[in-house]
Amino acid sequence: MEKVRTNKKDTRTKQEKKNDKYYYASQWSLIGRKFKKHKLAMVSTYILLFFYIVTIFGNFVAPQGTEQYDGRYVNCAPTKVHMFHEGKFVGPFVYGLKMERNPETYMLMFAENEEEIYRIRFFAQGEEGSEYKILGLIPCNLHLFVPEEGGKLFLFGTDNMGRDLFSRVIHGAKISLFIPIVGMLLTLILGLFMGSLAGYFGGWIDTVIQRLVEVVRSFPQVPLWMALSAAIPKTLKPAQVFMLMTLILSLISWPDLSRVVRSKFISVKKEDYIMAAQISGASVASVIIRHMIPSFISYIIVNMTMAIPNLIIGETTLSFLGLGLRSPATSWGVLLQETNKLETIMFYGWKLIPMLFVFLTVLAFNFMGDGLRDAADPYK
Amino acid sequence: MNEKEVILEIKNLSKVYEGKGVQVKALSDVSITVNQGETIGIVGESGCGKTTLGRCVVRGIDATSGEVLFHTEDGVIDFLKATREQMKKYRKDIQMIFQDPYASLDPRMTVFDIISEPLRYHSKMSKKEIEDAVYNMAEKVGLNKAYLRRYPHAFSGGQRQRIGIARSLILQPKLIVCDEAVSALDVSIQAQIINLLEELQEEYHLTYLFISHALSVVRHISDKVMVMYLGRVVEFGETEELFQNPLHPYTKALLSAAPQVNPDSTKERIVLEGEVPNPANPPSGCHFHPRCKYKTEKCEKEYPPLEEYNGRLVACWNCEACQQQQP
Repeated sequence: MEKVRTNKKDTRTKQEKKNDKYYYASQWSLIGRKFKKHKLAMVSTYILLFFYIVTIFGNFVAPQGTEQYDGRYVNCAPTKVHMFHEGKFVGPFVYGLKMERNPETYMLMFAENEEEIYRIRFFAQGEEGSEYKILGLIPCNLHLFVPEEGGKLFLFGTDNMGRDLFSRVIHGAKISLFIPIVGMLLTLILGLFMGSLAGYFGGWIDTVIQRLVEVVRSFPQVPLWMALSAAIPKTLKPAQVFMLMTLILSLISWPDLSRVVRSKFISVKKEDYIMAAQISGASVASVIIRHMIPSFISYIIVNMTMAIPNLIIGETTLSFLGLGLRSPATSWGVLLQETNKLETIMFYGWKLIPMLFVFLTVLAFNFMGDGLRDAADPYK
Repeated sequence: MNEKEVILEIKNLSKVYEGKGVQVKALSDVSITVNQGETIGIVGESGCGKTTLGRCVVRGIDATSGEVLFHTEDGVIDFLKATREQMKKYRKDIQMIFQDPYASLDPRMTVFDIISEPLRYHSKMSKKEIEDAVYNMAEKVGLNKAYLRRYPHAFSGGQRQRIGIARSLILQPKLIVCDEAVSALDVSIQAQIINLLEELQEEYHLTYLFISHALSVVRHISDKVMVMYLGRVVEFGETEELFQNPLHPYTKALLSAAPQVNPDSTKERIVLEGEVPNPANPPSGCHFHPRCKYKTEKCEKEYPPLEEYNGRLVACWNCEACQQQQP
């Protein structure tokens, strides 16, 4: 008998091995397989991963510190990075900047001074003011790229206070990319709680919660944000404002999630395997934890992913309107606040660059959510 | 063990589903007595309350009224009103095999986890003991031990049903409700599963409530048969007697609808007129009277009680008349 079995193992074809892998695949590995087939979602996932990693190492990647500014270089256009000087290869470098007046508009502008060459150094010490602390403890001033002493490198240009927009985009991402995640977790707790109450017990509890959901949903969102944000005292520290904003965003976005949870509870409750578990003696808690939640947790993750873009846009909108964070605290919304004048967009177009990041992130989250939604139920 | 020992008594079991302004009586006043080691076949057309009966017995759904008396070593307990401690102790004695082997296994758990789940709730076995018990049971129901770490999606319908059977047997119950346990399977697999159920019955001295609409299967496996119509028992008796000489007009019609093996059989098929009445609004008197050709005035007014006639329980006013017109 044993001999036959070993013999069989040797002659197994590739197809059989592939089947075997499928047979032993759990829910999550089935979801993973299906998700990987969604090209757009995979690309989006990598983009998001890249954004988050850059943001986590933001202090290292950004050449300027959070509170650094240089009054000499106000509203400077993006600096070009060159490789060749007068036909000779030098490696990445920037020219010095000199101020010129535009002969037609009489506006002050920066132009390249081709007599000065500043090479870009990688993994080098930054200039004064760009120090940071690793994990808030170890002082450090190492940056990914810094021009040589005296040179100025503004990849995305500067704002009206002479701050490097590239650095500001990265510092702003800390809030713009992480507020939605924290907000999402709060939303999840609220939504799961309300949704499972409504779905599991039904009856008048369900009715009350559903009416509450309808009330919250029928408020126009932006004015509601404005009203709630106006309630945040102006004297609070940025960190506290951050917490309150998160809270406000999640107070508004829980109804959708609670509806998903509720409907899943109701549909799963009727499944045979739930009754089978009850008959085999499972308590209410173990039925919910071992069978019900695992059966719809993937849908909830999808829903959370799809809700993050709303929170990102929410934060951006609030800050843009001046109701959220304010300078010197930085978020993408705060950065865009400067573009609320037509003049800015006309003359300093680069100040719209943060919008590109909002756009890319929101799009990537939506595509990722799409892919996850398609993969969420591998048993259909 | 005494063959005639009573294990389960169902008394006046009723289940009413309430909707908006309508009441559907899925079960009304169902009473039967089940002996240890017996197989009771429960037949009837779709919607007659077979499944509801099964689910009420295992307490998968709560019955509206009535009693399910379960005879244990500690005396008789009403399963429907059992205390939490009693439930904990005796729930394992009444288990269920489901109709749909695709819906009754949690797709997110491995087969091993599915089969061992009841043990987690009812026993304080060590990991090793649980493993042994599961392997043992898998072997009994004919599942390859090597497959236990797979997920249900790797299995065919018949194999899944074996998994379901293993799960319901692992606690060594005394009574199993088989709710259309073979209906979803193709015929050759049906035979395998039925043989398996019979072997297991012999080995563990099980009692089955075998719910099915497949008359030939019921005739093969059951000791006694209960015929249901619109939530009520219309006839209950020994299988062979009932199949050979049905007393209730509905039973006659039902049995005549079963396909005949002998192509030359001259047995005439009784075609019922009309449709199954709406259970939310059943006919007055005997629920079967609009479709019955033996009906009398009494049938339209009063529901006939389930009474003994020729050693069988029948709910009909006109047994005598029926018998004489036997084809």
